[in-house]
Parts: sequence; C-alpha cells; structure tokens
Amino acid sequence: MAAMARSWATKPHIGLWAIGFWLVLAALPLIGFVTESPSFEYYLFMGQSMLIYAIAVLGLNLLIGFNGQISLGHSAFFAVGAYAAAILMVHASVPYWLAIPLAGIVCFGAGFLFGFPALKLEGHYLALATFTLAIAVPQLLKHKSIAGWTGGVGGVLLDKPDPPAFLPLSVDQFLYYVCLIVAMALFWIVYNLLRGRSGRAMMAIRDHAMAAGTMGIDTALYKTMTFGVSAAITGMAGALSAITVAYVAPDSFTLQLSISFLVGLVVGGIASLPGCLIGGAFIVLVQNSSQSISDWMKDAFSLRYDVPAWAIYGTLLLLLMFFLPNGLAGGITAIRGLFSRATQKT
Amino acid sequence: MLRRRTALLSAAAATFAVPARAEKKYGPGVTDTEIKIGQTMPYSGNASAYGVAGRLHAAYFRMLNETQGGINGRKINFISLDDGYSPPKTMELTRQLVERDQVLLMFYPLGTQTNTAIHKYMNQKKVPHLFLATGASKWGDPKNFPWTMGWQPDYHTECKIFGKHIVANHKDAKIAILRQNDDMGNDYLSGFKEGLGAGWEKMVVADATYEVTDPTVDSQILQIKNSGATLFMNITTPKFSAQSIKKVAEIGWKPIHYLVSVGASVGAVMRPAGIENAQGIVTAQFAKDVTDPRWATAPDYLEWKAFMDKWNPTANQLEGSNVSSYISVHGLVHVLKKCGDDLSRENIMRQAANIKDLEIPLLLPGIKVNTSPTNFYPIRAEQLARFEGDHWTLFGDLISADAG
Repeated sequence: MAAMARSWATKPHIGLWAIGFWLVLAALPLIGFVTESPSFEYYLFMGQSMLIYAIAVLGLNLLIGFNGQISLGHSAFFAVGAYAAAILMVHASVPYWLAIPLAGIVCFGAGFLFGFPALKLEGHYLALATFTLAIAVPQLLKHKSIAGWTGGVGGVLLDKPDPPAFLPLSVDQFLYYVCLIVAMALFWIVYNLLRGRSGRAMMAIRDHAMAAGTMGIDTALYKTMTFGVSAAITGMAGALSAITVAYVAPDSFTLQLSISFLVGLVVGGIASLPGCLIGGAFIVLVQNSSQSISDWMKDAFSLRYDVPAWAIYGTLLLLLMFFLPNGLAGGITAIRGLFSRATQKT
Repeated sequence: MLRRRTALLSAAAATFAVPARAEKKYGPGVTDTEIKIGQTMPYSGNASAYGVAGRLHAAYFRMLNETQGGINGRKINFISLDDGYSPPKTMELTRQLVERDQVLLMFYPLGTQTNTAIHKYMNQKKVPHLFLATGASKWGDPKNFPWTMGWQPDYHTECKIFGKHIVANHKDAKIAILRQNDDMGNDYLSGFKEGLGAGWEKMVVADATYEVTDPTVDSQILQIKNSGATLFMNITTPKFSAQSIKKVAEIGWKPIHYLVSVGASVGAVMRPAGIENAQGIVTAQFAKDVTDPRWATAPDYLEWKAFMDKWNPTANQLEGSNVSSYISVHGLVHVLKKCGDDLSRENIMRQAANIKDLEIPLLLPGIKVNTSPTNFYPIRAEQLARFEGDHWTLFGDLISADAG
C-alpha cells in the first residue's frame, strides 16, 4: 500500500496524464451543443454526482489512505457541509461560490474539534467513535432548538444558481463545471499537500506513528489537522450536493452514505488519488446498474421473484475485492506493471 | 397543426351534438402499444417496509397486461426504482425516469422528504406527479404546483377530526400526546392543535416524542401517565403503536385512547399488542380493514383477495399498505382509461383534476373520490371507528375535510 501511495503521489511525470484527463472531463458537457438527446442533461447530473462523491472519497482517502485513521462518520461532515451551504444561501443570501468554501471552513472546524478526542482512539475504537457521529448528526439536525435554521424534519429547499449571463450554458452544464472546478482545485491542493513535508509526515504517521514521533513529527497536531482537512473536503462535497439537488433533509445523510464513501474508497484504491475518481463513479454507477442487472436477470431467466439488487451489489463487491484487492486503481497499476515487464523481456 | 385543429373544430361544430373523436395525442413514453410509468420506492433502507406498495403495483400492472392487454390496448411498462428513502437518490432516479427513460408520469412515489426533493423539478418539467404516497398536507396546491396531486386523507385533516371529536365529547379530559419526531408527527400535531382550538392550552398536559430509530417507547408512556392525563392521543407508526398499547395496559393506565390511522392495522398492531388491551381505542379510517370479518363476503374484498393470492402471492396480506396501494392503483387506472387516446401530459392532469364520484374497491362505503381544478385532495373523508372484539366497528357519519 505504501509503495503504491508513493508511486501515485510522488511520480514525476504524472502531471501530463492528469492534465489530459481533466481536460477530457472538462470537454464532456460540450457534447450538449451537438446532441439533441433529452437524456443528456440527466447524464450531466450523474456526472455532477460522480464528481461530488469523488471529492467526498478524496476527503476520506486523505484520512484513511494517507494518515491511517479510520472514519465511518464522514456522512456527518457531508451533512454539516450541505446544511452549512444551504443555510448560508437561504438565510444569509450568501452566493453559492462563497457558500462552498465557507461550508469547508465550518467542516474544518468540526473535523478539527472531533480530531482531539479521536487522538486517544486508534483503529477499530476510532471506527466506533466516528460511527456514532454518523448516527447522531441526522438526529441533531432535526432538533427543535435549531429547527428554525435547519427546517427540522422538513429540511431546507434552495434555488439552483443560474449560470452567469455571459455563459451560454444550461443549468446542468453550469453546475457540472462548478463541481469540476471545485474537484480540480481540491485534487490539486491534496496532490501538492501529499508531495510536500506535511504529506510525508502524514504518511510516516500512518506507517509507524511511534517512529514518526521519534523523528520529531508532532503526531497529535498532524492527526488533528488531517482530520480537519479531510472533513473540510468532504464538507465541500456536501455543499455541492446541496446546490445540485437543491434540497437538504436529514434522511439524505444516513450511515449508508458513510458506507458508500468507504466502498468507493476501497474499490477505487486506498491511498490513490485517481482511485478517488474511480470510486466516485463506482458509487453512482454500480448501485444503479445492480438494479438493472436484477431486472435483466428477472426477464432473462423469467424468474418469478425479484433478485435483490443489493445481493448483486454485494456479489460484485466480493468479486472485486477478490480479484483486485488493491482497488481498481491498484489493478490498473498492476496491469501496467505486467505490461512493461513483458515489453522489457522482448 | 393549427389548420388541422381548426378543421376538426369546424367539423365538430358542423355535426353539433356528435363529439369529435379525440385525435391520438401522445406525451413522452406513450406509443400505440405501451404506456411508460415511473415510480420511486424505498425497497431498501430504514423505510423498506413500505416497499410492499411498489410490489403490489407491479403485480397489478402485470395482471392488467396479461389478462386485459393493458389499458385501452396499451400495455403498462411500470418502472419502480429503489431510492432507499434518500432524497438525493430520489432526485437522481426521478431525473433518470423523466429524462432518460422518458416516462409519461410519476405515480405514487413514497415519502414526504423524497417527494419534497422532486416537487419543484416535476412542476418545472411539467410532468404529472400523481397520487403521492404521503399524508403531508402540502400536495394539494394546484395554484403553485399544478402538476402535483396527493392521494390519501392528509394527516393534518385526520388529527383535526380527532381534536374536534374530543372537544365535543370529552371536554374535561386532560390530554397526553405521544408522537413520532418527524414530518408525519408534526403534521398530525398541527392538525390536532387546530381541531382542539382553544382547548389546546387548557387540555394538553403532556407532549412526548420518540425517534423512529428508538427501540421502545416504554419510558415515554410512563412519563405521560405520570402527568395525570385521562386521554391519550397516540400518534405513532405500527411498531410503536403496538408497544404503546401494550405498555398502557401493563401499567394499569386506563385513558380514553385515540390512535392515528397509520398505526391502526389489526394484523400489524392490534393482534401483537393483545386484542384485550386494545378494546375501546378510537381511530379514523378511509379503507376497509381486510381482517374485519364483516367484509369477508364483500365483492371488492373477494376480488382483492383473489388478486393477492394469484398475482402477489409473496405479500403479507395483513399489511395495510397492500390495501392502500391497491386503492391508489385504481385511481391511476381510472385516469388513464378516461384519457382514451389523448395521452398527453396535459390531458393526464386534466382528467386527474376532474374525477367525479369515483367509487373504488376497498374504500369505505360512501367514500367517493372527487377532484376539481381547484381541489387536489382526492380522498377527503374518513369515518371514526372503535375497536370492539377483534375488529374495528365504524360509528358516526363520514366526516369530510370540507365540513371539518
């Protein structure tokens, strides 16, 4: 795992690939100008969701993959980010582009504060502590004392921002670009963070905390900071989600969401930046396609009963973990390795 | 197009009384052989128990397709997707159904928060958003949301009926409320407040809440008993209704007991709570209770039973959702039949907003479905019922929201 992290985070020539890849992502909405398909806007909406989940997984990856702290509670930070953005936009008329970083700051605070007690906890104890966070936050959001802000169980409805007048874009094209720009900025920040001194410190703590401490790294500070930054990134994903769905409600942020992030992280590849994007796409695509596979199986084998979609999802996950234990990004690296070895022989 | 319509109009005018046969007009998702209908439903997650409604609809449309060739010769292609009760997922799936799969309309999507998420979208896209499976009172707002229509009597109205009944019959009661801390509980509460009117300040002595994720409500029951209340307004969902009825009996408390219709299933609540503990409880109903022996020979009950046995054999027939969803699917079939060959989205809404005295199997005798362009609440009447022996006995007259 550590070797892989190094290969992705510190490889010198990865820049060109990354730039090319982001350019392709940026070009996708332009298809809208040539296609007449009514589904196109829907695909853009899917694209927004994938980018949002990718950002959330990036936040989680920073914590788990690069710093070795486990969290089952990132749906809570996602929720706090979403609510912060919604409340700022509705009650304080803050523009969307300002609400996103502000939501990030709020979540940084929440994550940093939670990071202190988390210092005392390691491994599965930390997993349990963060688990409570995921369960408690949706309940707290409904609480009477803040219902004036959060809308209680009814949630908060907000307006999707209109594209600026000088851009000839539809709302969905525009929101896709908003998500893409935030994603690019955050991936760039994390990439640089990991290549620098802080990144090396974070990974050193992950690999051997005591040794890192002996080397003079302030482990407590780095761990709480990482928790804060991780929460901030996931919180900004939450803010984007509030803007693209135009509605936040307590039921949106269940423990299931935390598990989805974790699944995206593991499937994409722990401690891999491109893996975050793969994980984000996986979360959106595979849950939907397991439903389609279930329908297809019912038709194809003329079954009388439904094949539960979640059982198919589970089976897919098992197969993936069995054949690609390092996630899809890890699998790609392995295949490239095989390839280059084969070419060297000849 | 314009010229053809003028021609048709003048032809119709020329023949006076003979109505012009509507030309075929299709909205998205409709062909000569098929009508595509979308739905979101919590098949997984916290609210997965409600998924029975979607399964019943799928079974009903399969029955229609195989025995009657669909509706007016068009088979129903019913796509019901699992949103796990999560509003963003509902949004995503609804966009998939509307934009990619091109459904004609959305039918009976379940949940208040989930429907809130798509409310504006459906109206911006002008897609019929029909007969929602939620009792919130905000769905009948044709002025601001002309493409959305509710279905069942809303929670607000029901509890208003209770409030009025209490003021009229037990004006000296001290009331204790137990309610679920969510949109349903809040809606019920606001209706109750309105029904009690001035009595609210005077009569209510305790108001306890629980979370849908709580394991029990035992401590809340003890708490409200100790408030000295003589009347118990029970605003709970089935699991908690059964628990509270049992606990009230266990601690020897004997209040006058009102129970909301959501928690009034004989199979899922009264029997598990103990028939002897449930005697005398008052609720309100709009549908027949299929466990009530009185309906055992009613033709609509027999028809429902035959359908359930043959087409939906895996369902638990004691679950109330199997009745309410059966009733709702009849509403949609009525609208589609009325549309004839004009299956445009505009005509769907026009027909849905012009239902006159429609009688639907399993509705209580006397309850008819009525809508108009200014009235988007299809079912508005309920009748009070008291639990006697092992079933609900109706008493009093039908109480409609308009009169209330």
